[in-house]
Amino acid sequence: MTDKNGVIKSIKDLPSTHLLGTGTPMCAGCGALEAVHEIYDILGKNTVFVNAAGCMTLLSVYPFTPFRGSWLYTAMASAPAGAQGVRDALDILLQQKRIKQDEDLEVVVLTGDGAAYGMGLSATSGAMERMLDFIYVCYDNEGYGNTGQQYSGATPHAARTSTSQGVSGFAGYKKNLFDIWVAHKPAYAATVIGADPLDLAKKIEKARAIEGPRMIIALSPCPTGWDYDPRETVNVGRLAVKTGVWPLKEYVNGEIVHTRIPRERPPVEEYLKLQGRFKHLFTPQRNDALLAEIQAKVDAYWENVPVQEK
Amino acid sequence: MTRTLLTGNAAAAWGARLAGVDYVPAFPITPQTEIIETLANWIDSGEMRGRLVTLESEHSMVTAAGSAAATGVRVFSATSSQGLLYAMEMLYTVSGWRAPFVLTNVSRGLSSPITLEPDHNDILAARDSGFLQIHCASCQEVLDSTLIAYRLAEDERVRLPVIVNLDGFYLSFTREPVEIPDADAARQFVGSFDAENIRFRASAPESHAVAVLGGGPYSYFRYETHLAAINGLAVYDEIADEFHQHFGRRHDAVEAYRVDDADYLFVMMGSFASKAREAVDRLREAGWAIGLARPRLLRPLPAALLQQLLADRKGVAVIDQNISMGMGGVLHSELASVLYGRNNAPPVLASFIGGLGGRDISTEEFFEIAQVLRQAVESGQTPPPRLLFTETELREVRKLQAIAQVERSQLGETND
Repeated sequence: MTDKNGVIKSIKDLPSTHLLGTGTPMCAGCGALEAVHEIYDILGKNTVFVNAAGCMTLLSVYPFTPFRGSWLYTAMASAPAGAQGVRDALDILLQQKRIKQDEDLEVVVLTGDGAAYGMGLSATSGAMERMLDFIYVCYDNEGYGNTGQQYSGATPHAARTSTSQGVSGFAGYKKNLFDIWVAHKPAYAATVIGADPLDLAKKIEKARAIEGPRMIIALSPCPTGWDYDPRETVNVGRLAVKTGVWPLKEYVNGEIVHTRIPRERPPVEEYLKLQGRFKHLFTPQRNDALLAEIQAKVDAYWENVPVQEK
Repeated sequence: MTRTLLTGNAAAAWGARLAGVDYVPAFPITPQTEIIETLANWIDSGEMRGRLVTLESEHSMVTAAGSAAATGVRVFSATSSQGLLYAMEMLYTVSGWRAPFVLTNVSRGLSSPITLEPDHNDILAARDSGFLQIHCASCQEVLDSTLIAYRLAEDERVRLPVIVNLDGFYLSFTREPVEIPDADAARQFVGSFDAENIRFRASAPESHAVAVLGGGPYSYFRYETHLAAINGLAVYDEIADEFHQHFGRRHDAVEAYRVDDADYLFVMMGSFASKAREAVDRLREAGWAIGLARPRLLRPLPAALLQQLLADRKGVAVIDQNISMGMGGVLHSELASVLYGRNNAPPVLASFIGGLGGRDISTEEFFEIAQVLRQAVESGQTPPPRLLFTETELREVRKLQAIAQVERSQLGETND
C-alpha cells in the first residue's frame, strides 16, 4: 500500500501482498473479488465498507471477515445513506474532539450493479447531490448475480440470463451509469477492471487524495453468471477492454478522459464467444445481424472518443 | 423552567434540543415537518448545536440515523405515516444493529385512501420492528417522553431505538401549555451517550450487522433483541421514577385514571384518550364506577401492570384507533392475550374501533360504549367488535357518492 502521497507508476509499484484475507465464499474466478482485492490494497485498513445486498455481502459472515478494517451491512437500497450517517458521525466526533484525527476512517460503499443501477440509484444520487465525502464502488457483473443472474439494468444487449432465455437474449441495453453519475458532477468518477490492476490502482490512488463523492464502477467478469471457465476471468476482462466493450476512463476536473484507448480493437465477438451467455449468437447458427448490431454500438462509442489518451 | 404554549411538534423539537442531539437526518412529511423545520432553524441560527441533513427518502433517513448512532453520536429523527412505512425495512434492520436513537412519529392514517389525519395504523405497523414505543397524549408528554426515550434507548440493558408517538393534528398542531425544563437539568437527566462497543474507529475495527448462516445464530440474535426489549420494562420504571424526582411529573408505563373503585374501564392510547378521560368524569358524575387505562409504553408491553390494572373489573372496553383488516383492533388482541387464562380477568373485554383518519369520537359515543359494556356484563355476552360510525356520517358519505355519480354521468355525456 502506498501512502496518501505515494505514486503508482508501474506494475512494480503495486503491493505484492494482499490486505484482504482469503477463504471467502465467493465463486472461483470471481472478477468482483479480484477488483475488491486490488482496491482494498490501495485504500488500506482505515476504511469502513458500507455494504448493500449483493454477492459481496457474503464476505462477512459471522464470526469471520476478510477485512482488516470495519464493515457495516445495510440493505439493498440505502448503502450510500448508511455511508452518510457514518461520515457525518465521524465528522461530528472529530469536530467535537471526541475522537482524534487518526481514528478517522475512509467511508466506502460496496455495492453490486443490481443495487447501483436500480434500487440504490436514488440514494446514490442523493449522496452525490449532498457532496458526501465517500468512495463508492460498484462491482458490476451485469445481472442479479447473487440470486442466479437474472437480468438487471446493467445487463448488456443480447445476453442470456436466467430471466432472458429467448433466442435473442436480453432485449434491453446496458444503462450508462457512468454518464448518470457524471451528470451529478461528482468529485471523481472512473471505470476500472481487475484485469488491468495498474489502471485500477492509479485511479483508486487518485480517488483517495480527493474529497467528495468518488464513484468507481468495476466491470466484474463472473464465471457463474456469464458462463465461462473460472480460469478465463483475467482474459475475459482484458478482452472487454481490448475489444472496446468496457472503456476505461475517468471523470475529473469536469472532464472525461480515457485512460486506455485500444488502438486496434479486435472484433467484439472475440470477447463474446468466450462466454456461454452469448453462445446463442454463434450456435446453432451464427446471428450475424445481432453481432453486427453489438459491434456497431461499440464502434459508434469509440468514434466519439478523442484519440489522445492520458 | 419555562412554561409556554407549544404545539406537539415544537415539544418534540424541544425534546431533541434538550437531549443535546448531535445529528438529525431528516425528511419532510405532513404533519411532522414542523419538527425538522424547527430544528433546522435552531441549528442554522446557532441556538442549537448539531447537524441536520435532509436525505432523499425516509428509507435513507432511517439508514443514516442507524449508521450514525452505530458510529457513536446521539441521533434524533422524525417521520409520519407513509414515511414510517417507506422506512419499514430499515426499522427492522437498525434495531438489530442495537444502535440507540429516538425517532418521533406523528401518527397519520395510511393510504389508501390517502389522508393527512391521524390514526395508529402507521405506528402499529412498526410494532414488531424492535423499536420500543412510547405513546403520548399531551404536548408536555411529548417533550418529557423524548428525554425519557434517550435514557431508555441508551441504557446498557436495552440498547434499542425508541419511537415517541404523537397524534397528527390533535397534538402536532395543537398548542398546549408546556413546561420546558432548564437545559442544564435536562442534560443532567439525559447524560452523555456512551457508545461503548457500538462504534467505528480506526484503532478498533468492527464488523457490524454481518450475515449469519443458519437458524441457530439468527435466533440467538433475535432473542437477544427481544430480551433487551423486555429489559426495557424495569428500566423504563426506573427512568420514570427518576424523571418524577427531577421534574415533578409522573409518566408511568400505563396511565391509570380514576380506576381505584372502577367496575368498568376504557382502554385507549394516544391523544384521543383525553376524550375518554373527559367521558369518565361525566360518567362518574352520573354515578358510574368507571375509569381509564392508557398504555403509554406499547413496546415493551407492560403486561404485568395491565393484568393488575384490569384484574377483577366487571367489563373493559378497548377502543382501538386502528384496524387490522380481517381481525379488528390491535390493542384489543394484545390485551386479550395478556389476560387469557387468568382467573381474575374481566369477564367482558369488548372491542370498539374508532377515530380512524382523525374521525372524532364524541362524548355521546363514549356513553354508548359504556352502556354496551354494562349490558354485556349483565347479559354475560361479549358483543361483537363494533366499528364506530353514525347515521349522519353515512348520510354524508352517501351525499359524496351521489355527487361523484352525477359528475361521472355529466362528464360522460360531455365526452359523448
